Amino acid sequence: MGALYEKLRQDIRFAEGLKACLNCGTCTAICPAAEFYNYQPRKLVDILQTRDDGKIEELLKSDTIWYCGECMSCVTRCPRNNAPGLLITALRSLSQEMGYFVESEKGRQQLAIKRTVGHWILEYGYCLYPSQISPENHPEQGPIWEWEFHNIEKVMERLGANYQKAGPGVLRAIPQEDLDEIKKIFDETGGTARFEKIEDFSRQKAEQMGIQLDDSLQNDYIKHIYTAVNKDHTSEA
Amino acid sequence: MKQEGKRLIWDEYQKEIADDNYFYVRSCVRQNFFPGAEKTFLRYMKEMGRNVFENPSHTTCSGIGYHSDIVPFETAMTMVARQFALMTEAGYENFVTSCITSFGLYSEVLETWLHFPEVEEKTRVHLRNATGREFVKPKNLAHASDVTYKLRTEISDAGKYRLINQTTGAPIRVVEHIGCHYSRMFPSKGIGGAEYPYVLVGMIEEWGGEVIDYPERRHCCGFGFRQYLVKANRGYSVSASKKKFDSMRPYKPELILTNCPGCPMFLDRWQYTISEMDGTTYGENGQGIPVMTYEELAGLILGYDPWDLGLQVHQVPVESLLDKMGIPYDPEKKFLDKDGNFIGKPKSPSFLKFY
Repeated sequence: MGALYEKLRQDIRFAEGLKACLNCGTCTAICPAAEFYNYQPRKLVDILQTRDDGKIEELLKSDTIWYCGECMSCVTRCPRNNAPGLLITALRSLSQEMGYFVESEKGRQQLAIKRTVGHWILEYGYCLYPSQISPENHPEQGPIWEWEFHNIEKVMERLGANYQKAGPGVLRAIPQEDLDEIKKIFDETGGTARFEKIEDFSRQKAEQMGIQLDDSLQNDYIKHIYTAVNKDHTSEA
Repeated sequence: MKQEGKRLIWDEYQKEIADDNYFYVRSCVRQNFFPGAEKTFLRYMKEMGRNVFENPSHTTCSGIGYHSDIVPFETAMTMVARQFALMTEAGYENFVTSCITSFGLYSEVLETWLHFPEVEEKTRVHLRNATGREFVKPKNLAHASDVTYKLRTEISDAGKYRLINQTTGAPIRVVEHIGCHYSRMFPSKGIGGAEYPYVLVGMIEEWGGEVIDYPERRHCCGFGFRQYLVKANRGYSVSASKKKFDSMRPYKPELILTNCPGCPMFLDRWQYTISEMDGTTYGENGQGIPVMTYEELAGLILGYDPWDLGLQVHQVPVESLLDKMGIPYDPEKKFLDKDGNFIGKPKSPSFLKFY
């Protein structure tokens, strides 16, 4: 058993998610990601069962582990009570821990998520925040969101929200002392350390790729990872 | 499966839902996209004589960050523990969440602590070190749709309208869509389990509608966390919804009802996107299929004004359903602000019929 496998085993979700897989393929049959991407949870679990560190390292550096949508449909259906969706969470954690995530197109996207959702959690106390969901980045939201976005105070007030104001209610301003507590939780539990790792490994990768990256959201590397589809992820290579 | 078999499964998967005195935590997605839905939940809970408490200091549970893998499990567990501490400090023991991702995360955390007490103890230390807070685990954990399910008969009894076509007398044909994290990981946490969840079916049946079964009924809406959050991945997301729309279309649904905050947004917005991509619309006469949250539908049954519910912020217009149910509305008031001033009108999509 190699060092990487041992690290995975230390993750409670991995220990709970992998018992003995009989390779029946039920997880692949039900998987929304398998329908869209070149992805088979059955294969992934099979690789993990080999406990071969070389194969696991390859997996951690690949696009494969980033295809899952974590809907957990596989968990319901597995006849052996395995949880491929949980194994994915453990693999993604380790990939970021080791810095392997920057070696794949899909893995590199973690920086864009960290700088949006991650930032909003600490800045506003919400995973999503309306002033940050621009129609430019979200054309799929349609003209209704464009209208809301440009009239957000009036629309929120009409619908009874307490947008950016003190007290309870929809999209209230979270008091600063509560945001400070969230930050302390992140510092205490490894959340801040993960954010720093995502930043550090991404910075090194951007330099290696020769793409400009600064601390903002508007730079070439962020634009690149947010939009790039430079290979066919949907069929066998 | 035969109806009798389904009923047997429903009998098996029942859960305890507290009857009163709830500590309520909000949903990030619902607050952003369907703010009127949470307002409506609190309104009918009050009218039904239930006490619901909200502490403004509660925050995101970090669930979207956790499931897009930027937030470690230890951090998410401590964020959850903080919400429980706020509940404990307020003197409550029944925890109700608006969000399905949160509900799934709370269930996952509680289940983890049940099997690994040392992890719970470590989380307590983390919370103490970071905030000085302590917590008691909830006596009862429910999703707001569970609570609405519990009150479905009271809502029906107090209601002014039913899911009945007022012209033909036929039941409205409804597709129900359950958020993945409601019961896929822990079937026992959901009313009716994971294969045949009953939580929305119970409401639809009670309020007069007809539930439509269709092949892709249990397929994910396609959120997939990182699969939507990153622009390059959204093909995954729209494809999953398209698969559902194509599958349900032959059964002519007149409404899609959801219990997850994210699903109604995707099932609403992707209908627009697909129509812009290839001109396809899934409703009658160039319309889409209206998509609603259970709070919005409960509000309609109770006779609340559709624009107070926030139905004007749906991309797929809901007027076709209001007309069928005989619910009055003033089209002139659809895009007014709180003081009755016209805000302006959203642009019309290229193909999807808009009022």
